[in-house]
Amino acid sequence: MLYLSFIVILPLSMIVVNTLSMSWGEFFETITHPRAVASYKLSFGSALAAGLINVIFGTIIAWVLIRYDFPGKKIIDGLVDLPFALPTAVAGIALTTLYAPSGWIGKFFDFKISYTPLGIVIALTFIGLPFVVRTVQPVLQNLGREVEEASASLGANRFQTFVKVILPELYPAMITGFSLAFSRSLGEYGSVVFIAGNMPMKTEITPLIIMTKLEQYDYVGATAIAVVMLVGSFIILLFINLIQWRMNRKFNY
Amino acid sequence: MTKPLDVDRKMPIVKKAVSNPYPLKESAIVKWSLITISLLYISLFLILPLISIFVTALEKGWETYVASIVHPDALAAIKLTITVALIVVPLNAVFGIAAAWLITKFTFRGKNLLVTLIDLPFAVSPVIAGLIFILLFGAQGLFGDWLFEHDIKIVFALPGIILATLFVTFPFVARELIPLMQTQGITEEEASISLGASGWKTFFYVTLPNIKWGLLYGLILCNARAIGEFGAVSVVSGHIRGETNTMPLHIEILYNEYQFTAAFAVASIMSILAILTIIIKHIASWKAKEF
Repeated sequence: MLYLSFIVILPLSMIVVNTLSMSWGEFFETITHPRAVASYKLSFGSALAAGLINVIFGTIIAWVLIRYDFPGKKIIDGLVDLPFALPTAVAGIALTTLYAPSGWIGKFFDFKISYTPLGIVIALTFIGLPFVVRTVQPVLQNLGREVEEASASLGANRFQTFVKVILPELYPAMITGFSLAFSRSLGEYGSVVFIAGNMPMKTEITPLIIMTKLEQYDYVGATAIAVVMLVGSFIILLFINLIQWRMNRKFNY
Repeated sequence: MTKPLDVDRKMPIVKKAVSNPYPLKESAIVKWSLITISLLYISLFLILPLISIFVTALEKGWETYVASIVHPDALAAIKLTITVALIVVPLNAVFGIAAAWLITKFTFRGKNLLVTLIDLPFAVSPVIAGLIFILLFGAQGLFGDWLFEHDIKIVFALPGIILATLFVTFPFVARELIPLMQTQGITEEEASISLGASGWKTFFYVTLPNIKWGLLYGLILCNARAIGEFGAVSVVSGHIRGETNTMPLHIEILYNEYQFTAAFAVASIMSILAILTIIIKHIASWKAKEF
């Protein structure tokens, strides 16, 4: 318990202490600065987009890995964990180079991917993928075939069975996966700084604003922005939990 | 529907079912297009980046590759990263086991709060994790004056890097062990104690063998994050070359100086470590399932 308070509680409480040392006016001015506001939109927006992409493709990948057999399946299953194991900075430079205008993938597109918000979404998609796959996979594995058999024997075609029987069982896991990926993406720094280009107002994420303020020794300003991020992600996670709670009630688990 | 089905009405349905089996599987087209989508997605986002790291690292030949790695700054970074991992992983392992033990084998007030607190570092941005240690131990921080008087450096030095890494990797071991120990229950421990074994003996001969693969799994994830942490460490390290630069920070500096080959060379070592991590992780989870 002492260890926990020293490593986690005491440091985190410093955020509150430091914010209290600011006057309201000062605090408000720092957090509503146009550059900061632009970064909130970018950070929350791109984390949301990446989360949604991952929910769709993550569920497909989980489905393919559980239900089908194909050569190289074990390797693919292992590779899904890569974003957990690969340092974010390494992922950052690799993705930037790949999606840069002269890169292997970037050169096939007429528009820029690296150094734009699209690049940020790609980096966050990379980071978040395993969260969705690894939460949906066990649920799909444990899903009994009986319900599908029942659905089919009652005359539903495969698509109807999937949408009306299988998918509702997966929703809670998909939402959990989304919220894990989302909260990780929101704070992600390492992989994004390289691909973002970091132009103020355009591709500057909120963690980077905190970083810049720290480099200018503006500790109070950095803390104020950190508060906004913490409160923002807390509200969103609460909202997601609320949806999940309501869904659980609806399906009577 | 309320009318009971008679034989005549039932027959055609059975016939239909025999000629057209229940659709329990997707058609081959759906199956293979889903597999293709998955493979394409994984290639674009996971496989190609991995390959590109090695290709770029070796672009200018083996000599440049080796030279980038044996460069004094790179070696110092590798040494620092190993030091940090060697300190952080055992500390969090001990704590993780203790916390999981406490949570699963005992009941006490505030248990849910403890579980939430353990998970907290996952919800906090790494940059904020670094920030809080600056606020605590930095020059203007809570303990700043005291540390200055006693000439102790925490921020922009090794202790700061270790603290920030500890914070970020805090939940890994405990999170892996709690569900595992929860399903195992406490009956085996009770049996051991009732047969006269001491608490420590019970732990080493009963609990530890039961959780070893789960523990390895947690340790390996904790280690991967500890060596790869970038955001939090970047805030507290101060970026002193050859002194407080870990491997990820060294990669960043090289990259920003347009020394791409060198940056990717160091990155390739970290990628090999990542691949090893995945392999060990899968062996561990496979072994854990055998129990």
